[in-house]
Amino acid sequence: MDGPVLRAQGLAKEFRGFRAVDGVDLDVADGSVHALVGPNGAGKTTLFNLLTGFLKPSAGRILLGGRDLTGSRPEQVARLGVARSFQITSLFPQMTPREHLELALAGGTGLTWRFWRSHRLLDRFGDRAMELLDQVGLAGHAGTPAGTLAYGHKRALELALALALDPRVLLLDEPTAGMGAEDVERTVELVRKVRAGRTVVMVEHNMSVVSSLADRVTVLQSGRVLVEGPYAEIRHDPRVISAYLGDADAGH
Amino acid sequence: MILSRLARRPLLLAAGLVLALALPWMIYPPVALDMACWALFAAALDLLLGFTGLLSFGHAAFWGGSAYAAALIAVHSGLPFPVAALGGAVFAAVLALPIGYLSVRLRGIYFAMVTLAFAQMVYFVVNQWRDLTGGENGLQGVPRELFGLDLSDSFVFYYAALPLLLAGFVAVWRVVRSPFGRVLVSIRDNPARAQALGYPVERYKLLAFVLSAALSGLAGGLFALGHGFASLESVYWTTSGQAVMMVVLGGIGTLWGGVIGAGLVVELNDYLVTVGFDGIGIVTGTIFVIIVLVFRRGIWGTARDLLAARTGRRRPGEPGSGDTQDGAPARTPGVGTPV
Ligand SMILES: Nc1ncnc2c1ncn2[C@@H]1O[C@H](COP(=O)(O)OP(=O)(O)O)[C@@H](O)[C@H]1O
Ligand SMILES: [Mg+2]
Repeated sequence: MDGPVLRAQGLAKEFRGFRAVDGVDLDVADGSVHALVGPNGAGKTTLFNLLTGFLKPSAGRILLGGRDLTGSRPEQVARLGVARSFQITSLFPQMTPREHLELALAGGTGLTWRFWRSHRLLDRFGDRAMELLDQVGLAGHAGTPAGTLAYGHKRALELALALALDPRVLLLDEPTAGMGAEDVERTVELVRKVRAGRTVVMVEHNMSVVSSLADRVTVLQSGRVLVEGPYAEIRHDPRVISAYLGDADAGH
Repeated sequence: MILSRLARRPLLLAAGLVLALALPWMIYPPVALDMACWALFAAALDLLLGFTGLLSFGHAAFWGGSAYAAALIAVHSGLPFPVAALGGAVFAAVLALPIGYLSVRLRGIYFAMVTLAFAQMVYFVVNQWRDLTGGENGLQGVPRELFGLDLSDSFVFYYAALPLLLAGFVAVWRVVRSPFGRVLVSIRDNPARAQALGYPVERYKLLAFVLSAALSGLAGGLFALGHGFASLESVYWTTSGQAVMMVVLGGIGTLWGGVIGAGLVVELNDYLVTVGFDGIGIVTGTIFVIIVLVFRRGIWGTARDLLAARTGRRRPGEPGSGDTQDGAPARTPGVGTPV
């Protein structure tokens, strides 16, 4: 683990006077798994939207490697190797999982500009698509329209789509939310497997997932960084316990 | 069942081809030509409306702009009519580039309004530039010929123009079923996700806009050449409205629905004109409202659904088949909104 691959400096986002993200500094070390936790409304998803270009920051900078990402468009950010999954499942309801992945894999190739060719041109990505579907346990549903998939399968497809971009930095927004124990287990295994050669930033409420995956944890509250450190340290921090872990653990 | 599905497509295609060939024998040839041209216009518009999710209310600029361009080429150069028609299509594509560039970043009703505004500017220019366009009188006396052959008989012109029109339909079909078409549908259904996958959504929309305009232009150019006359009405907003109406009647996103809608509207207009009825707008408008209310997916869309229900096939992505969590993420403002 070297220096930071992804950095936020004084990042802020204001919605009509309300500061959802309020001066966040974040250093994500290269090759690490970095968890982002905090109560609902803390600004985690907004931070992801800023990092991936879906929102323009009101203030602050975003750096990828040495490169200034501030103000880049989402598709540019994706092309530069930062892929994300969405907290609220975001798919193409009429397309099958296989078609989703073909589209994701075709992204950088230029083939998708060829309006004069048959869409069978995308068949060349079929094998890789099936591999990825197999990885997330969706091989058996490759041909089912995504709109009709079960919730857990949609989440799995969401993850496979981000992986298909073969990103340097993978941003996962609550990848296990709403999953059954078995699917959570598989997702943890998968992240453990795909983190090789990448950096993973994940928003995660499930503390056992955080403890088993994360090298570092940043706790966000009201748009600000409350505390940052290794899981073992922050879990005993009294501020964290009162802000978040206390009431979250109470449910478990 | 799979066999019957496989057999259905060539059967439908053959039936369509036979109908296209027989049309001038069945109805008054100029009306047949109108139908064929409007059908291509509707299909080209559906490429944008049904497969990209953009409601253009300014396509008269491309249909009519090409009508004038093709007519001018034919009048001043005496080139064969296919060259004039293709010239018109190229003109429409070139015109679509700046209009599309400035409007594809807008969404929904804003996109419709801005395309309408641009089309009205084109109308204004055509109306004012009398020396070139003939102003309110339109551009008359447009020759139609092919290697010395006189094609001023609508019956003959229909068959001369048919290959170009059919090529236009094949082009629309090809675009929809291309890798590019796949991206368009993904943009239509979830632009934020398409962006997250690395697709520059606006550039794809722009190319779709230009292609749609070029094919609309091909149809409009042939329409003007076939009538020997480019009319001011062809660039008027009612022309855009009529094309949208045809697509909605036939079924948005069905491609062939627009063809049916065009046949219906042209036939109805012709009938009402023949019986000397004045309130054409009222009648077509009423029928439009009824069909849209009764058959929400348009004529072709409804027929296809009924057929699918009979053969027990399910169509994905219909209301009720997905859960409410689908669609664009709830909180990503700034995605595709005007900046
Ligand atoms: N587009 C938006 N407009 C206005 N307020 C927003 C918008 N997006 C998020 N917020 C607000 O910002 C705060 C942080 O939201 P979010 O980033 O989704 O939190 P988290 O993901 O940590 O639960 C919330 O109070 C939310 O209501
Ligand atoms: Mg969130």
